[in-house]
Amino acid sequence: MSAAPPGPWRELWRSYAQSRGALLGLALVIALIVVAILADAIAPHPPNEQYRDFTLAPPAWSAGGSSQFLLGTDPVGRDMLSRLIHGTRLSLAIGSISVSISLALGIALGLLAGYARGLTETVIMRLMDVMLSLPSLLLAIAVVAILGPGLANAMYAIAVVLLPHYVRLTRAAVIAEAKRDYVTSSRIAGAGPLRLMVMTILPNCLAPLIVQATLGFSNAILDAAALGFLGLGAQPPTPEWGSMLASALEFIQRAPWVVTFPGLAILITVLAFNLMGDGLRDALDPKLKQ
Amino acid sequence: MALLEIRGLTVSFGTSRTPLIAVDHLDFAIDAGEIVGLVGESGSGKSVTALAVLGLVDFPGKVTCTQLTFDGRELPALSAAGRRAMLGGKLAMIFQDPLASLDPCYTVEYQLGEALRLHGGTAERRSAKARRARALELLRQVEIPDAPARLRAYPHQLSGGMAQRVMIAIALAGQPRLLIADEPTTALDVTVQAQVLDLLVRLAEERGMALVLITHDLAVVAETAHRVVVMYAGQAVESGPLPALFDAPRHPYTKALLEALPEHNRGRARLQAIPGVVPGARDRPPACLLAPRCPFARARCTVEAPPFTGAEGRRARCHFPLDASGRPGNDWATAAPLPVPAAEGVR
Repeated sequence: MSAAPPGPWRELWRSYAQSRGALLGLALVIALIVVAILADAIAPHPPNEQYRDFTLAPPAWSAGGSSQFLLGTDPVGRDMLSRLIHGTRLSLAIGSISVSISLALGIALGLLAGYARGLTETVIMRLMDVMLSLPSLLLAIAVVAILGPGLANAMYAIAVVLLPHYVRLTRAAVIAEAKRDYVTSSRIAGAGPLRLMVMTILPNCLAPLIVQATLGFSNAILDAAALGFLGLGAQPPTPEWGSMLASALEFIQRAPWVVTFPGLAILITVLAFNLMGDGLRDALDPKLKQ
Repeated sequence: MALLEIRGLTVSFGTSRTPLIAVDHLDFAIDAGEIVGLVGESGSGKSVTALAVLGLVDFPGKVTCTQLTFDGRELPALSAAGRRAMLGGKLAMIFQDPLASLDPCYTVEYQLGEALRLHGGTAERRSAKARRARALELLRQVEIPDAPARLRAYPHQLSGGMAQRVMIAIALAGQPRLLIADEPTTALDVTVQAQVLDLLVRLAEERGMALVLITHDLAVVAETAHRVVVMYAGQAVESGPLPALFDAPRHPYTKALLEALPEHNRGRARLQAIPGVVPGARDRPPACLLAPRCPFARARCTVEAPPFTGAEGRRARCHFPLDASGRPGNDWATAAPLPVPAAEGVR
């Protein structure tokens, strides 16, 4: 017999690696994950330690900067670099937790709507339409207003905001897949509704969901930063990028680094996940394959 | 007693005001070990019949019947779980497009193992090792070369013929008494078609398994089936044993089908076709469904529905069944001709 055909993972990697942007995104994402895991080891200072003698110290390369604080310090003398490193951890946690929550709920609701059709579908989908009709940040603020500000509640709020996208995507994929012959074959083999939904249809709907989840990650980080900026997300001493921006806003003229670096961190992280999501879409969507 | 017995099976779609009748009071029976062909053009209700037997016609489709027994059990009376246990086990089905019928996310081994876990013998239900051994044996029975390597393959790594063999192997996992093959060879190359058909017939004979071959390919039926049922617009129009039925068809539709075969038209400039199309939901004729397309139609055919009758196991739904020479019988010559306006639809 001929050599074994490449496994599904190798095939995915081969088409993913064709895009440089996607590889760059993946490298950045891996770097961010490493930074988040090793935050305690690589941060030069504790994130909330205030060096009162060095408030608003400039970055190391500009005049008056010292190598003790590579990216300078904030208005109360905390090391920017250390706070940014610890912020990575928070941002990734916010992204993964809120995406997981809304992915799990979205898949469940979407599967139900796409498989059951009829009244169930109408109720679920119209509810999602109502949620989609509100601007996403406004909806998040409303949810936080109900639950009270805080990091955990901000995550729930973001999960709610992201939910309709997953529900719609899952439902559309389920409807398309449910008509296929292999689903009928499975029914003929005696599969019950739950098995059909979870074991037969769902795995075939995963590709668009993986892409959407990756892109949703960057949305979640962005929304969390926005909520933090508005004072509705992570609360002050927490080194969250959005709240770091908010607390340093008044120094934007005198000490631009205090707002530049958190902004850059958000930008790079969101860009990394978007690049990865685009690469995954190209690799997973058969319609875009050459 | 017949293995599968269907009486008065009717399947309709659409609203109650303009129903689309997909299957119209169909009677059908098949004995253990028998091979029966179900023949008809697209839209004649062949596949819907099979799905209705398996209980897979979903809303808005409506299924009614006076009798539907399989292996001595009344199918509509079974609970959903009871029916599921029977499906895929004693009663299996394979489809036209084998590559679409295999789940693209799982390997052949997984899909075969799944069927064995549900419908296999006690040993296979309990141990993964027994399942693997049985899966290999099944793949060998359906003549797949290099079976161990194929077990690890995903559906997209199989050819069409190979995929259809895998489908057959999955269907055989539960030792079915009846296998319904819905156009099993339509999506395959001609050479592979013959191999798959031979395989199906051989497996049916070896196991005493009854086989319903649904097809529009008369050649497929002529080579394999013991008996054939010809369907038109949801009705059985003729049934009988082979080769007698093809040698001397009694229903004008069967005759026209046979005459439309390219083999029959060798040396002619144009193939013979049946004029017109199968009636839809809105233009269903009131009496004989073939009347607007039938060269022998008489006035009676447009007012009185013909019964499905005949002798010696041959039945035909026609007022004037054809005789051995292909001329319409009974009192056709003296019957009143079609009224003039209706005659325009006829050649």
